[in-house]
Amino acid sequence: MRSDTPALLGYFERMLLIRGVEDEIARLRTAGDMVGSIHLCSGQEAVYVGAVAALDLSRDAVFPTYRGHGWALACGVPPEALFAEILGRVAGINGGRGGSAYFTAPRYGMYGENSIVGAGAPIAAGAALAAAFDGSGRVAVAAFGDGALNQGAVHEAMNFAAVRGLPVVFVVENNAYSELTPIADMTRNPELFRRAAAYGMPGGRVDGNDPDAVARAMETCVQRARDGAGPALLECVTQRIVGHYIGDAQHYRPAGDLDRAVAAEPIGRLAERLSAEGVAAGELDAIRARVADRVQAASRLALDSPPADPATALEHLYA
Amino acid sequence: MPDLTLLPTDATGTTTGTTIETKRLTYAEAVNHALRRALRERPETLLFGEDVAKPGGVFGVTKGLHREFGDRVFDTPISESAILGGAIGAAMFGRRPIAEIMWIDFSLVALDQLVNQAPNVRYVSRGAVTAPITVRTQAGNGPGACAQHSQNLEAFFAHVPGLRVGMPSTPQDAYDMLLSAVWCDDPVIVIENRTLYHGARSDVRLGGEVGPIGGARVRREGSDVTVVTWGAVQNLVLDAAEELAAEGIEAEVLDLRWLNPLDPAAVRDAVSRTRRLAVVHEAHTFGGFGAEVVGLVAESGLDLLAPPVRIGAAPARIPSAVSLVPGVLPTREKIANGLRRLVRGEKAHDAGALR
Repeated sequence: MRSDTPALLGYFERMLLIRGVEDEIARLRTAGDMVGSIHLCSGQEAVYVGAVAALDLSRDAVFPTYRGHGWALACGVPPEALFAEILGRVAGINGGRGGSAYFTAPRYGMYGENSIVGAGAPIAAGAALAAAFDGSGRVAVAAFGDGALNQGAVHEAMNFAAVRGLPVVFVVENNAYSELTPIADMTRNPELFRRAAAYGMPGGRVDGNDPDAVARAMETCVQRARDGAGPALLECVTQRIVGHYIGDAQHYRPAGDLDRAVAAEPIGRLAERLSAEGVAAGELDAIRARVADRVQAASRLALDSPPADPATALEHLYA
Repeated sequence: MPDLTLLPTDATGTTTGTTIETKRLTYAEAVNHALRRALRERPETLLFGEDVAKPGGVFGVTKGLHREFGDRVFDTPISESAILGGAIGAAMFGRRPIAEIMWIDFSLVALDQLVNQAPNVRYVSRGAVTAPITVRTQAGNGPGACAQHSQNLEAFFAHVPGLRVGMPSTPQDAYDMLLSAVWCDDPVIVIENRTLYHGARSDVRLGGEVGPIGGARVRREGSDVTVVTWGAVQNLVLDAAEELAAEGIEAEVLDLRWLNPLDPAAVRDAVSRTRRLAVVHEAHTFGGFGAEVVGLVAESGLDLLAPPVRIGAAPARIPSAVSLVPGVLPTREKIANGLRRLVRGEKAHDAGALR
């Protein structure tokens, strides 16, 4: 066992949990227990566990997208609260008010998905603006997909954060598709991190299928933001191994694209690395079994929770 | 970190503040006094927007505040989404931002932050996180303004549950309502009017308690017709009412002040006194908030002497030429004629003329 093996085992277990939760959500959606549009993050897990490993969630704040289950689980949101939220149950993290695509978990440092592409970026800049006055040392993470780089609000947020030197890390989950359209067809320069230079902030690209690499790059960005050196843009190159939403037939993916994505996905790759580092197959299997049990137990707990009460639907609108 | 200890708060949620004094102020000066007081008494407040700090605002409203409060008052890029999103994010973490959107027309490029973001923060989190932002903006037509600098969009915002909307029309209200907005824990939009900024000075009572948001005010008493109005156009309404008084028609003028929270009791009381209702706003009549007021009165079952009348902007874009504007917007003459017909029981010859 090498010195980094325990950390890698931690990533392995957390990524398995995210994958397992997403698989169970797909099952519940297909079975009809869950309704509505649900966007899974399977294949992109290394970005979440790597990035969150570099954060101090007692003070930092993450603002993910509607593809946010993985961010939430990486931040420590209990899977039963996530299942119940998507099921619209009382035990949901927001009692069913957020659903799959717009829930928030501030207790866990996860300040809300956003179903409007790119809209969380200026809000994350605002969280960082507060940090500039409250002495908390908070770093805000604005996470979004490659498609969001073409949203005006993201441009505004990056310029605003850069010009005020705000402690924000802009994390791009580049999974190559802006919803159903290749990002390479929607921008002349698909090296998205290069945009950072235009705002006068550092930008870099990292292998988004390697949680360790993401964590190291993220640590650099977070530390300089915390030290008052301002924002940075980190592009994590990854891929979806599922559709944009559950039910997406993915006809737009060329032949072989999905196979390549599956071959590159981070969990299998990390399992190979751990084996090479001397971790026994039995140990990895034990982790897999533990995670599978946890997912099933969480799913059962959530399904046992009653539906949210319509009599409460008008509460909490105003102070 | 600044000390966030709040001022003593009484049981009603109002805050007892500074010494009370009265000064003669313009509307703009009253706004400036309110901002200064908020920045002094609430260390968690921030004030930002385009040109508000070093230049002191394009209308001079925020003059001197950057000098007094330093980095808490700052200029932003021309980026309405960043301004409003930045305000929301900062508010979620304990700041109390006062963001300026220079013209209400510019809010449209960042409507996402006002409609999809701010009002959802408290609701979705069930109060775990809140976004107590105050958005100051100004609206309405002024001489020579173009179609993109003349609109009255209060109905847009009043339509959104979770947003509070106020439109001060006097220097005293410019002061009081802005402070109530800043003290309020909801997202609040205060829609000022630039044609009022540098008008006549009047006595403004400064200091004292900051009251809660809400509450209409009777601006003029009268027994023949109730005019429900808000914003700068009510000065035309008051002029028209004086004109009618000379003819023996006494109009009661109720300034709604806040569209959210609405004061339905004040509307019902005022209308029940005269049993005639006219609603006057500078915004377009079609889909305007006046329909909400008429609906409220209709639903209340009050027995009216005549059908209600709405007087507002005709369905057109707002032209720039000063000579064209009266073809669209309400004027003193249109208002007086509308009220006269309502009281005398005459049918409008051309209903379009009122709109």
